[in-house]
Amino acid sequence: MLDQLLQPFQFEFFRNGLLAALMVGALCGMIGVYVVLRNMSYIGHGLSHAAFGGAVAAYVMQWNFYIGAGLWGFAAALLINQTTRRYKIGADAAIGIITTASFAVGVALISRVRKFTTNFEAALFGNVLGVRSDDVLVIAFTLAFAALIIFFFYKQLLFITFDRDVARIYGVRVEWVDTLLSFVLAATIIVSMQTLGVTLIAAAIVIPPIVARMLTDSFSKMMLLAVVIGALNAVVGMYVSFIVDVASGASIVLTGALLFVASLVVRSLRMRAAKRAGQVASDVLLPLPSGGELFE
Amino acid sequence: MATPVVELRDVTFGYGATPVVERINLHLHHGQFAGLVGPSGAGKTTLLRLILGSLTPTHGSVFVDGMDLKGKPSPCVAYVPQVETIDWNFPVTVEQVVLMGRIRHMRRVPWPSRADKDASCEIMTRLGIADKAQRHIRDLSGGQQQRVFLARALLAQPDLLVLDEPTAGVDMKTQENILHLLAELNCTGMTILMTTHDLNSAANHLPWVFCLNRRLIAAGRPDDVFVESTLNETYRGNIVTYRTNGIIFIAEQPHHHTVRDIIPHPVPGEHDDKRRPC
Repeated sequence: MLDQLLQPFQFEFFRNGLLAALMVGALCGMIGVYVVLRNMSYIGHGLSHAAFGGAVAAYVMQWNFYIGAGLWGFAAALLINQTTRRYKIGADAAIGIITTASFAVGVALISRVRKFTTNFEAALFGNVLGVRSDDVLVIAFTLAFAALIIFFFYKQLLFITFDRDVARIYGVRVEWVDTLLSFVLAATIIVSMQTLGVTLIAAAIVIPPIVARMLTDSFSKMMLLAVVIGALNAVVGMYVSFIVDVASGASIVLTGALLFVASLVVRSLRMRAAKRAGQVASDVLLPLPSGGELFE
Repeated sequence: MATPVVELRDVTFGYGATPVVERINLHLHHGQFAGLVGPSGAGKTTLLRLILGSLTPTHGSVFVDGMDLKGKPSPCVAYVPQVETIDWNFPVTVEQVVLMGRIRHMRRVPWPSRADKDASCEIMTRLGIADKAQRHIRDLSGGQQQRVFLARALLAQPDLLVLDEPTAGVDMKTQENILHLLAELNCTGMTILMTTHDLNSAANHLPWVFCLNRRLIAAGRPDDVFVESTLNETYRGNIVTYRTNGIIFIAEQPHHHTVRDIIPHPVPGEHDDKRRPC
């Protein structure tokens, strides 16, 4: 049994892939807490599509993938923020317009330059086994950067996420912290693209925080749980991907979906037990955050 | 004369072409406890947001502690929002919310210092919610929830406390408790400005009121301001007042019709011979 579990480790591509998936899972779980609690579950889905446009443009212009897709994704995140705040357009509509238009730029470029379609299949559906050592380094750097930002801006981010308008009155530089979070979110999406694929990032960002939310009422515990659940989910998903021979992004997301269903079952069992014991259900477990739907 | 805590000089603000508040001149001095009353849409919340620095006047200036805000929040002001605006499902404990009030003075690390914890514990004890510190915010009663946000504001050690409808959505007893608590805070020298829809509470608990309906209609002691002519101008309705034993009662004039003029049979089956079982 142990031999079977360790067997894939003899391959470098698996070791790289597992490390990348573990870090991407933790990173998505960590950032996902803010995404879910801000009722912006769809942003991961949208930004990954927007970044795809940037990735294609970077390829055409022969820029570095991370710089091209990163700048493009960051610009899209800022544009969504600004459109939502200035023109009072709903976040869902702004995400829908800006990110789809950006994705369309990528598709248009691909249809004009028809020589690299297969490379972008990996970006669309994820190919963690194609992760190289320098990709692992970029992911590690992004994880460390995101963790540092969250560490030093933890209180500001918590206040803004809880009540944005009031945080500003209490002296939090809301616009600046929002921009910083947009930057971290864009970086998360870009480094997760190869592992999970454009189409599947949203679930990796949303599922771990939602499962964590069902287990705790404390923000700090939710953050820690989301990181652990995200990392574990990715590791299990990677093994499944190797054993069953399916795309890594799909197996990681499906593992997460199973975890989500399991947590729902546990939650309803605990609520039933609480009812039998005569307790108010909400004293035991809280409902999902209002905007925490998987794909809004 | 000392500089007022709040001074509005000829302030006008509108989201579009029509002003929401117009030509407002208002003073609030140190140690005053004042209420802002007016009908829905009168511009009460807009006026609060101008004082909080969340909005910039389209004309005129807002000064807090002598500083022209120009749409920037003042460090001397703390705010208690309407409880209806709070996301009660947010995963946060009472202590975590209260500690947000100290954000200007806290270290960069995610956890609070001993001094932060002591300060929040002291405020929570003063407001009677210390035993709820580790509870989720939704597990509290309406009055306790209001105290959580009041504790957060007090932890910021403000010169001016601004509250938006602190007595909305709670029962009469809790309303009374909140207003008494605010009066006690005012006795310690805290300047307080709150909005309210409850004219009777305002009449009998607040030492000073501002009547607003786009323009500032009147300002003064409730005894002087809550007269029918001023209230009718503010609410554009038929308001009647009744004074007895130093208490003012305010109500809307009956509409010269009863409920039966609108709903002919308001109680189903009330004319049946047989009484309905309970």
